[in-house]
Amino acid sequence: MAMLEVKDLVVNYGVIQALKGISFEVEEGEIIALIGANGAGKTTTLQTISGMLSPKSGSVLLEGTDITKVPGHKIVTMGLAHVPEGRRVFAQLTVLENLKMGAYTRSDKAEIAKTLETVFTSFPRLKERQNQLAGTLSGGEQQMLAMGRALMSKPRIILMDEPSMGLSPIFVEEIFNIIKSVSATGTTVLLVEQNAKKALAIASRAYVLETGNIVLSGDARELMDDPSIKKAYLGE
Amino acid sequence: MGFLTYLINGLSLGSIYAIIALGYTMVYGIAKMLNFAHGDVIMIGSYAVFMTMANSGLPAVVSIIIAIVICTALGVIIEKIAYKPLRKATNLAVLITAIGVSYFLQNMALLIFGSNPIVFKSVINWKGITVAGLTISGITIITIVTCIIIMLVLTWFVKNTKPGQAMRAVSEDKDAASLMGINVNATISLTFAIGSGLAAIAGALYCSAYPTLTPYTGSMPGIKAFTAAVFGGIGSIPGALIGGLLLGVIEILGKAYISSQLSDAIVFIVLIIVLLVKPAGILGKTIHEKV
Repeated sequence: MAMLEVKDLVVNYGVIQALKGISFEVEEGEIIALIGANGAGKTTTLQTISGMLSPKSGSVLLEGTDITKVPGHKIVTMGLAHVPEGRRVFAQLTVLENLKMGAYTRSDKAEIAKTLETVFTSFPRLKERQNQLAGTLSGGEQQMLAMGRALMSKPRIILMDEPSMGLSPIFVEEIFNIIKSVSATGTTVLLVEQNAKKALAIASRAYVLETGNIVLSGDARELMDDPSIKKAYLGE
Repeated sequence: MGFLTYLINGLSLGSIYAIIALGYTMVYGIAKMLNFAHGDVIMIGSYAVFMTMANSGLPAVVSIIIAIVICTALGVIIEKIAYKPLRKATNLAVLITAIGVSYFLQNMALLIFGSNPIVFKSVINWKGITVAGLTISGITIITIVTCIIIMLVLTWFVKNTKPGQAMRAVSEDKDAASLMGINVNATISLTFAIGSGLAAIAGALYCSAYPTLTPYTGSMPGIKAFTAAVFGGIGSIPGALIGGLLLGVIEILGKAYISSQLSDAIVFIVLIIVLLVKPAGILGKTIHEKV
């Protein structure tokens, strides 16, 4: 059984059809990259999976359970976390409060404290700045906070939307290293990225979205060598 | 009457404004809407106190509790029926709906209770205290103390409880809050419940100090408390306290030393000046967009 299965997903934004019936699968432990240009439907896909948007038709299955009609706030408790585009940290809350918010659905305080320690180990900067307001962090630090916050729910699968967007090259490198280490702990990753080169480098498989359709899919290494991909997304 | 007496009366009136302002400011903070019907919930609460206490002879505490229950339910129902369907509508549509709800409540009260003013029986029988020749009435003291307790409890609640944390998260970013597993609709309902429950308390205190009750009684303190919320910085709980107290003191001092006819005008002039100097209000957060 796939960790995540998306079947014939159609999503409308008013009169615009943002997703025109896409299907794909994410197996447990994989890093799957979803690449494509602006407006291709990448963010819409993630938002529909995590329940922020409801599809016109099609279904989303999480470990075999149909979650298409499950309200967004309940999906978190089923083991799926979503790091949204633009980080969306709670700017007026401290770093620590943000992280605790990530564990909102959990109640075992001792377990939460353990997860917090692991997150602080992966993101030592967050530990240093735990009492600072999140709004005062740099973009890269906010991205780390958004990721750490998502990890606080102890997800089995994590969706990440453009984690490298707007970051300096050093931070981009660090963020991709973190994604690799998150994956190494057994968490499945569905990664949306404009930085196709980096995404393909760490992904096992990838899907290419173009105006609401999946136009190409396959092994990440092979896609990297695909001439059309090279031309359209890798700038070669 | 000396300056000190005016000041204390101002603080007392301001405490009522502050309690009402909490309802405006919390709802604004969470749902980003101005609930113009909030003032009329105060009126309904006052009628509930009057009907259960003066008419049915229940003890004041019991009748206030009944009024809180009624107003809490009313607030939640108003939100469910009138505002929730408009969650994705324009601000203007929500504002007009809120004004509609306000008129609806006033006219419903008019139908049930009639337009004749009712002489409200104070919920406080205590005569008060006299310190160094200065007499402070029981209702004045109780009002100020109630306001302080409400502020402390609410601040603690928002900072230290799970629903309180959820309220803070929803007020900042509904989508992100939902991604954390927070039930946004339930949180908005809770906010309306708290604000409306407080309106019942404010109604009982207000009508005890100014004992004429009509279906329109809620609108003036409602507007002034809304002004107080803007004054202190809308969305901020301590802002509601500071805004309310300042407004009450300015109003009473204006009445005492300048002109009792002009006191409302003075209040609004001060508001305009504050907003010119500090558009976000005294404690308002200036929103910095960080990319």
